[in-house]
Amino acid sequence: MSGSKLMAMLSSVLILGFYSSVAVSSKYNFQDPQTPIAQQTYDQHIMALWICLVIFIGVFGVMGYSILKHRKSVGYKAANFHHSTIVEFIWTAIPVLILVAMSWPATKTVIEMKDTSESDITIKATGYQWMWGYDYIQGEGEGISFYSQLLTSQDQIRNQSPKGENYLLEVNNRVVVPAGKKIRILMTANDVIHAWWVPAFGVKQDAIPGYIRDAWFTVEKPGVYRGQCAELCGKEHGFMPIVVEVMEPEKYTQWVAENHKSASASAVKTAFVENEAAKN
Amino acid sequence: MAVIQDVHGHDHGHDHPTGIMRWLTTTNHKDIGTMYLCFSLAMLFVGGFLAMGIRAELFMPGIQILEPEVFNSFTTLHGLIMVFGAVMPAWVGFANWQIPLMIGAPDMAFARLNNWSFWLLPVAALLLITSFFVPGGAAAGGWTFYPPLSTQGGMGTDMMLFAVHILGMSSIMGSINIITTILNMRAPGMTLMKMPMFVWTWLITAYLLVLVMPVLAGAVTMVLTDRNFGTSFFNAAGGGDPVMFQHIFWFFGHPEVYIMILPAFGVISEIIPTFSRKPLFGYSSMVYATASIALLSCFVWAHHMFTAGMPVVGQLFFQYATMLIAVPTGVKVFNWTATMWRGAMTFEVPMLFSIGFIFLFVIGGFSGVVCAIVPIDIQVQDTYYVIAHFHYVLVSGALFALFAGAYYWLPKWTGHMYDETLGKWHFWLSMIFFNVAFFVQHFLGLAGMPRRIPDYALQFADFNMISSIGAFGFGLTQLLFAYIVIKCVKGGEKAADKTWEGATTLEWTHLPSPAPYHSFEHPPVVK
Repeated sequence: MSGSKLMAMLSSVLILGFYSSVAVSSKYNFQDPQTPIAQQTYDQHIMALWICLVIFIGVFGVMGYSILKHRKSVGYKAANFHHSTIVEFIWTAIPVLILVAMSWPATKTVIEMKDTSESDITIKATGYQWMWGYDYIQGEGEGISFYSQLLTSQDQIRNQSPKGENYLLEVNNRVVVPAGKKIRILMTANDVIHAWWVPAFGVKQDAIPGYIRDAWFTVEKPGVYRGQCAELCGKEHGFMPIVVEVMEPEKYTQWVAENHKSASASAVKTAFVENEAAKN
Repeated sequence: MAVIQDVHGHDHGHDHPTGIMRWLTTTNHKDIGTMYLCFSLAMLFVGGFLAMGIRAELFMPGIQILEPEVFNSFTTLHGLIMVFGAVMPAWVGFANWQIPLMIGAPDMAFARLNNWSFWLLPVAALLLITSFFVPGGAAAGGWTFYPPLSTQGGMGTDMMLFAVHILGMSSIMGSINIITTILNMRAPGMTLMKMPMFVWTWLITAYLLVLVMPVLAGAVTMVLTDRNFGTSFFNAAGGGDPVMFQHIFWFFGHPEVYIMILPAFGVISEIIPTFSRKPLFGYSSMVYATASIALLSCFVWAHHMFTAGMPVVGQLFFQYATMLIAVPTGVKVFNWTATMWRGAMTFEVPMLFSIGFIFLFVIGGFSGVVCAIVPIDIQVQDTYYVIAHFHYVLVSGALFALFAGAYYWLPKWTGHMYDETLGKWHFWLSMIFFNVAFFVQHFLGLAGMPRRIPDYALQFADFNMISSIGAFGFGLTQLLFAYIVIKCVKGGEKAADKTWEGATTLEWTHLPSPAPYHSFEHPPVVK
C-alpha cells in the first residue's frame, strides 16, 4: 500500500514539476514587461514566488518527514505535547516580517502607478458593448477619434475557416502612441463596466459608466501590444480586444498628420456602420 | 468514563411519521442534517454539470457547444449554485448533525425553524435551475451580478436574485439556530474553551453569517428595485453609483469565503488529532486564529476591487489588511503540522483528504498572498490566475474538507464503514485530476487569459485542453463518491461505537453507531 502511495506522490510531483518547467521556459508567465510598472510587478511576482517556495519546502519538508517517520505502522508511539508559547510566538512573528518585506516594494509601485501627472499625451478610452472608442484629447494628435473593433471574422470563431495568428486579438483601428512618451489614459464606459487591459504595460483599469479613472504608461520599444477587456460586460465580452501600436516619434507624427487629414471623421462613421452591420 | 448510552426502549416513546411526511415535517436535527447533505450533494452535481459545460466549450478555441450568452449563464449559475447550493448547505448539514452530538445536546435549539430553513432551499434551487428555461435565459452577469450588467438581463436574472434572497434567509435562520444551540445547550462542564474545534469554527462562522447576509440582502433588494421599479441606486445616469454595489457586495462577499472555509478548518482540526493519536497542538491559538480571521475578513473586501480604482491610501490599506490574514492562517497550518509531528499516524480516507486539504489549501493561500499585492493583483485580477486561486481554496479547500468530514462521520451516521479501498481511489483520483484541472490555470492567468470568456486566443490552447481533461476527470470521480456514500448507507461492515482509535469527542465516546434517532436526552457530564 505504501508503495502505491509513494508512486502516487511521485507522479503528482512529476506533473507539477513538468508544468513548472514548461512555465519557466515558455510564454506561460507574465508577458515581457514593457513599462517600468510592469517590470516592477514582474520582479515582485518572482520574489513572491521564491518566498512561497521556501516556506512551502519548509512546511511540507517537516510534514513529509513526519508522515514518513511518525506513523503507527512503523511502531511510532505518539507523544502528548500540545502547546508551546515560544514556538507559537515565533511562527506568528516571522510571517509578519516576511509580509512587511513583501509589501515594501509593492507600496512604492502603487504610489508610482497613481502618478499620472505631466503626461505628454492623454487618450480617453470608452468601453461600449462591444468595442472600444478612443479620443485623443491632449498632446500631439489631439482631436483624433475612432472606434476599435474586433477584426477576427465570424467564420474563424465558428470554426468555418482556419484561425489566424492573432485570433481574437486583432482590431480594425489600433491605438497608436509614440515610443518614450508618457501616455495618460482615461477610462470610462457608455453602458456597463468594462476594463482596459494591456498585460505588457501592467495597466488594467475598470472603465465604469459615470466615472473617469486614469492610468499611465511609457513604452520604449516600438511594437504591437495586445490585451483584452477584463471585466464581464455581456455576451461579446471575449470579443473586444485592445491593440496598442507603439511607433517611433517621427512615424507617430506622420500617423497624426494622415489622420488629421481624413481619417478621424470617417473612421467614426465606418465603425458605426460596421457595428450596426455586426448587430444585424 | 466513557459510557455508551443504552438507547433501547427510548425510541418507542417517540414515534415519528414515516415516508415523505417524515422528511417534510421533521424537526429532528439528524433528519434535517441528512436532508441538507443530500441536497448539497445534488447541487454539487448540478453545479458540476455546468462546470463540465464550461470546460467542454473551453476545450478548444472557437465556439463549439455553448453560445456566448449561454456560456455566461453557465459560469454565473455554476458559481451561485456551488457557493449557495453546495458548499454552504453542506456545512449547515454538518452543523445539524454534529453540533448537538459534539456538545451533548438533544437537538438544535429551534427545531421548527430548522425545518423551515431547510425547506427554503429546494425552492431557491428550483428558481435557479428553471431560470435556464425562461425567455431570455438564466442570469448571465456573473455570480457577483455587478450592475449595470445585471440590470440588463431578462426574467432569469430576477429569479436568480429572488433565489439569492431566499438562500440568504435560510442561512440567517440556520445561523441563529446554531448560535443559540451552541451558547445555551452545551453539556454541563463543557465550557467554551473545551468545545471541539468544529463547534468553535461554526460558532464564529454563524456570527459572520448573521453579520453579512443582511448586507447582501440589501444589495439584492436594490438591484431588484433598480430592475423592476425604476430606482437608480446603481445607475450612474440616474445619479446612482455602480461602484457602491461592489463595495456592498464584497462587504458580504469576502466574509462569505471565510464562511465557507472556517468550518473546513474545524473539520480538519478534528481529523488531524484523531488520526495522529495526539491532542490538537495550540487549541487556544486555533480559537484565537479563527476569531481573528473572521474579524479581519470584514476589513479586506476592497481587495476584490483593486482595478475598480481607489485612492492610494485605500489600495494600500486593503493590501496590508489582506496580507495580515496570512498570519492567523499560517498559525493554523503550523498548528496542524505540529499536531502531526511525533504522532502515531494512520492514513484512512478522512486523514488523506485532510492532508490533501492542507497541501492544496496552502498553495491557494500562497496565491492569495500574491493576489493581495496590489501591482500583481492588478495584473491577475479577472484572469484565470484568480480562478485557479479560489478553486484551490474552495475545491481543494472547502470541498476536500467536506469529503474528509463525510468519510470521518459516515460510520457514526450510518452505522456502517464506508469502502476504504474505493475511498482511497476517490482521494487519489480527486487529488490528481484537481491539480491537472487547476494548476495550469495559474499559467493561463499570468499569460493574460481573462476569465469569463467563451473563446480564447491561440496561445492559451494547450493548457486549456489539459485543464478541461483534468476537469472531466475530477467531475467523473465525484460519481464514485456518490456511489461510496450510497453503498455505505445501504450496508457494509458494522462500525464500532468508537470507530476511530484516536477520537475523543462526545459522539464517539458516548453514543453508539449509528447514533440513535434521539440522543443525549440526558446530557453527559464533561470533565
